[in-house]
Amino acid sequence: MSLGLTKTKTNGVPAASNGSSIIHMDAIRKVYDTGKVKVEALKGIDLAIGNGEFVAIVGPSGSGKSTLMNLIGCLDTPTDGRYELAGEHVSDLTRDQLADIRNRRVGFIFQNFNLLPHISASENVEMPMLFGGLPVRERRERARTLLEAVGLGDRTEHKPTELSGGQMQRVAIARALAMEPAILLADEPTGNLDSSSGGDIMTLFNDLWNQGRTLVIITHDQALATRASRIVEIHDGRITRDERQ
Amino acid sequence: MRHSATVILTLFASSAQIQRKRAYLTIAAIAWGTVAILLLLAFGEGLKLQLDKNRRAMGENIAILWPGETSKNYKGLSIGRPVRPTIDDVQWLRDRLPEAAAVIGEITSWRTQLTYGRKTINGRVTGTNWEYGEIRKHYPVAGGRFFGPVDEREKRRVVFLGDEMATDLFAEEDPVGKTILINNLPYTVIGVMQKKIQMGAYGGPDKNHAVIPITTFRAQWGRDRLWVLLIQSKTPEAMKPTLSALHELLGPKLGYDPTDEQAFGIWDTVKSSEITRNITFGIQLFLGIIGALTLLIGGVGVANIMYAVVKERTREIGVKMALGARANWIVGPFLLEGLIYTLVGGFLGIVIATLLVTAASFLPVESNQVLGFLGKPTLSWQIGVATSAILGLIGIVAGYFPARRAAAIDPAATLRYE
Ligand SMILES: Nc1ncnc2c1ncn2[C@@H]1O[C@H](COP(=O)(O)OP(=O)(O)OP(=O)(O)O)[C@@H](O)[C@H]1O
Ligand SMILES: [Mg+2]
Repeated sequence: MSLGLTKTKTNGVPAASNGSSIIHMDAIRKVYDTGKVKVEALKGIDLAIGNGEFVAIVGPSGSGKSTLMNLIGCLDTPTDGRYELAGEHVSDLTRDQLADIRNRRVGFIFQNFNLLPHISASENVEMPMLFGGLPVRERRERARTLLEAVGLGDRTEHKPTELSGGQMQRVAIARALAMEPAILLADEPTGNLDSSSGGDIMTLFNDLWNQGRTLVIITHDQALATRASRIVEIHDGRITRDERQ
Repeated sequence: MRHSATVILTLFASSAQIQRKRAYLTIAAIAWGTVAILLLLAFGEGLKLQLDKNRRAMGENIAILWPGETSKNYKGLSIGRPVRPTIDDVQWLRDRLPEAAAVIGEITSWRTQLTYGRKTINGRVTGTNWEYGEIRKHYPVAGGRFFGPVDEREKRRVVFLGDEMATDLFAEEDPVGKTILINNLPYTVIGVMQKKIQMGAYGGPDKNHAVIPITTFRAQWGRDRLWVLLIQSKTPEAMKPTLSALHELLGPKLGYDPTDEQAFGIWDTVKSSEITRNITFGIQLFLGIIGALTLLIGGVGVANIMYAVVKERTREIGVKMALGARANWIVGPFLLEGLIYTLVGGFLGIVIATLLVTAASFLPVESNQVLGFLGKPTLSWQIGVATSAILGLIGIVAGYFPARRAAAIDPAATLRYE
């Protein structure tokens, strides 16, 4: 499967600058304060991810993988530590600034797809572009191109409920790519899929990586992890293994 | 700024499309509330106008004085002396009391025999001055007239009939020009009173008496003492000083202390109409509050629905935030929804209420006892302004609380669990 999308630019980082780090975390801690108990989900994470890397984050349940991904994607802010995304300090940004960063720099892909249920596949893909301020014609065209690229050119007007799991996840991937983000973040993207459509999604990620995109994928799936260029393992809020392969 | 507006409008349009049924329900709730408040207020306004009209039917700026007994010693005269103004005192007062717009005397003969042909009834006959017709709103039905100065001067035996008494005596026949007997003396009927709805009365409602010149009355009954002295002041405010001046004049003449409150029983309609006005204002206020509460319940309903929507769509809101939506872009469509539903519902309600009130204006008020008292519901611009203000307030409140909740959503927490 070819994506038909050549990577011309990404927001923030020049495509050629392989090796320069797009994510830089220094002693990141995250404490959830639920009132009664405090849970220290991340206990000091140092992590640098370079442009064009394909990182698989693995680890047991409750080890802090999703927490880490939320921080990388600026969906949440760390309790402690320094975090730079694409050369920008994000620790002390306002909510709206964080929203803009999420819009331009990050593409999220979730285990349960998280498509907006009442609108069509195309409108789902257009949503980040609406927030990004693209004119309506461009949004439409680009959504169509992206959906064609993930093999859903004939499903653009379908609602999410009219699509299979694999198709929904491909819509989600098209949506994540809409604003040409510097980095794609996926939290167990094949977790809800059967092995066949899971395989399709893995191939899709592989293609995206081959086009030079930076991927961070949380997975329990050994097959997906082995395709990555680097495996980061987390145990109890700490990185216990970090291997390039 | 323009970008934000585009985003908010686009999101609003798509959510309104999805939630069409909710939109209709919400609009209907607000429209219903608006109709309720408008009808209640219109009803109150109509009541006020009708009460005002009915009250004026007896006459404007008038006071009725009944001669009483003294309760204070005066120049050696003892307590308990009856005060006795006479027919001639009316002219005497007119010459000395320029403050009064009118001074009129009344004498009444209760249960008097009135006969037309073979029909005899017992009724009230009032002798009075000719100015009484205008001041006490005894307007004649076309073809008739109230008696005039000449009738009074020449003691003519002419009679003006209350409409009900006319019907009692004449049934379908036209009374004007006919001769009736009052205590066996012939009188010519010169007019019949137009039907009117009258709130206050003394002696009885005007529709039930016959009125003749006071001079004629004196000639037939040989009575000279006034039953009632009727004073009209030039303005409502002038009533009090006019009455004081009257007592200053009459006291020495009739032998009572001008400050003696028992010398005359007084019904000051100016004073009592103020009370009526306060009561009607109270009723209006009460109806307005009920209406406002009804509308408020509609508003709470809107807020509640929106609140539920926010809750139900928490995950969607989290997703949008993850995709880069700013807080305002999430909140904006909710505020807009609350405001637009309220305004559209309010507009519909105003249209419906106006139609209903217009339809009600075709109801025959004069011929119906109940309506004659309640009046016709009437809309005024004050009612419009008050309702719009309440609607606007509700619209903002209905959007604000749900919106605040939406803005407080933490995307990371929302997207955590299935
Ligand atoms: N919003 C929150 N409030 C309180 N505790 C939280 C919150 N989010 C995560 N935690 C806790 O932080 C720890 C790490 O959670 P996290 O979701 O990052 O784990 P995970 O590695 O993604 O697990 P899984 O593989 O099951 O998805 C857990 O102990 C979890 O209970
Ligand atoms: Mg997780």
